[in-house]
Amino acid sequence: MKFYLPPQIPRLAIAFGIFISLFLVLRHFLVPDTFGEYGHYRAASMIDNAKPELHYAGQDACFKCHQDIQDKKSQDVHVDIHCESCHGPGEKHVISSKVGDIFRPSGSREVCGKCHALYVGKVKSTIAQVDLAKHNIGKNCIECHNPHQPWEMKK
Amino acid sequence: MEPHYQHLYDILAHSQGYIFPNEIDLQWGILIVVYPFITGLVAGAFILASLERVFKVRILKPTYQIALLTALSFLLVATMPLISHLSQPQRAYEIMITPHSSSAMAIFGFVYLWYLMVVLLLEIWFDYRHSMVVWANEKTGVMKWVYKILTLGVNDITPRALNWDRKLGYIITVIGIPSAFILHGYVGFIFGSIKANPWWSTPLMPIIFLFSAMVSGIALVLLVYMIISYFRKKAIEVNVLDAIGKYLFFVLILDFTLEGLDQIQRIYEAEESFEIIKLLVSSKLYLTLFVSQGLIGTIIPLTALAFLQFYKYQIKVRKTMYFITGILVLIGVYSMRWNVVIGGQLFSKSFAGFTSFKVGLIGLDGTLMAAFWLVLPIGILAFLLWLLPPWKMVKEED
Repeated sequence: MKFYLPPQIPRLAIAFGIFISLFLVLRHFLVPDTFGEYGHYRAASMIDNAKPELHYAGQDACFKCHQDIQDKKSQDVHVDIHCESCHGPGEKHVISSKVGDIFRPSGSREVCGKCHALYVGKVKSTIAQVDLAKHNIGKNCIECHNPHQPWEMKK
Repeated sequence: MEPHYQHLYDILAHSQGYIFPNEIDLQWGILIVVYPFITGLVAGAFILASLERVFKVRILKPTYQIALLTALSFLLVATMPLISHLSQPQRAYEIMITPHSSSAMAIFGFVYLWYLMVVLLLEIWFDYRHSMVVWANEKTGVMKWVYKILTLGVNDITPRALNWDRKLGYIITVIGIPSAFILHGYVGFIFGSIKANPWWSTPLMPIIFLFSAMVSGIALVLLVYMIISYFRKKAIEVNVLDAIGKYLFFVLILDFTLEGLDQIQRIYEAEESFEIIKLLVSSKLYLTLFVSQGLIGTIIPLTALAFLQFYKYQIKVRKTMYFITGILVLIGVYSMRWNVVIGGQLFSKSFAGFTSFKVGLIGLDGTLMAAFWLVLPIGILAFLLWLLPPWKMVKEED
């Protein structure tokens, strides 16, 4: 029996050949130049990622000037709460050293209560909780507690 | 209050209990619900077409091309919800040009391409080649050239060549069935493989997605067949509906059983995540899971289909029942996608809190965008039916 090649096959092979070649040509032009330099990503993306303006400085930057606060914090339960958790982003203040460039929380019941208000979902053994409806009504937390050293009560 | 805390208060207002900061806003919104819904329709419609072709279910013949064209129209749009969901949609092609074996989505790009190029387009091409050659000779002007281009210049319509169309088309369909299973199994895999999420992480996920895909695809073809017959002013062949309805019934039973098994397994295992999941399904997912997916999308259609199997109602009643069942099934499968995608993000991985989700109307990630991607394939289908009308195809001897 004579070999018969259906006419569809070579034509489809050409069509697929064109499609695949087109894909490879496009791929050649579309893959960014620095792709794969360090790993499976565009190396130049690191430059892009370095561009956004910094807002947070990190607590080591704070402690360069505020050694006294570091000493206080290190002795009490807020040791693991970083400065910018309550004071907000500090990069601006680190550069300018101006008091106005850093946020100073009021130490009100509302602010401290965000973490310390009685709440069933929170683990009592790790986060101290008070019932704001009963605990020293009319006073702000900061009047008795030093936020940097909460258990060193003010007189 | 200080602005620094105001923001915290605003975002905490729509969460309950203990929740990690990155869980407050849902990363996957309504478009990610639409996406597995559409791919499911594709896989389901294709599997129904394959039934006719491979298993020679002759009675489904009038739906064969309709099912294939429906699958193609929805497949062309399937990735669009994902791309419009990205905040950088112009980079969407990048997963295709620099794929990595560790990226499930990149590999999915190739699964998708295989299914589109090698399975659907080829099968439709083999099926329509004879007719397209004849149409190219009959038509004049632009349409003549359109059909000429579509035939890729293969004008041989000798019985030998046509016989090869059938043979090759058959081979493609046989390859197509596992491909359709992989396509939608893969969508389930993408959720099922997220081991940090107890609502998603189950090896049954690909199988559940696959069966619900078949359910939705079959229901869609049923509806499309009825609507096309209405617009063409042709009588709906009720035995075709009965045949589709029978398959829909069986697949729906399987789907319901599998999803039931998944839940029973979860309830009996009662892992540490069970408490939060119990709260989730009984509160935030109550309407979409029990009412929309369970009652409207499964129990009512199952009951209706069961009655249709045993009682021969009047033709008009049967048609109405099939039509309503088809719509209810689609609502049910859409709700299932919602429950999986949105439900899985509503509870905290600490198992101690919830966030909430409110879908927006406008914007790239809103309801209108989702509706657009659901309506567009219907437009494409109308165009394809105009370009390649199954009812005008050249009849071939079996």
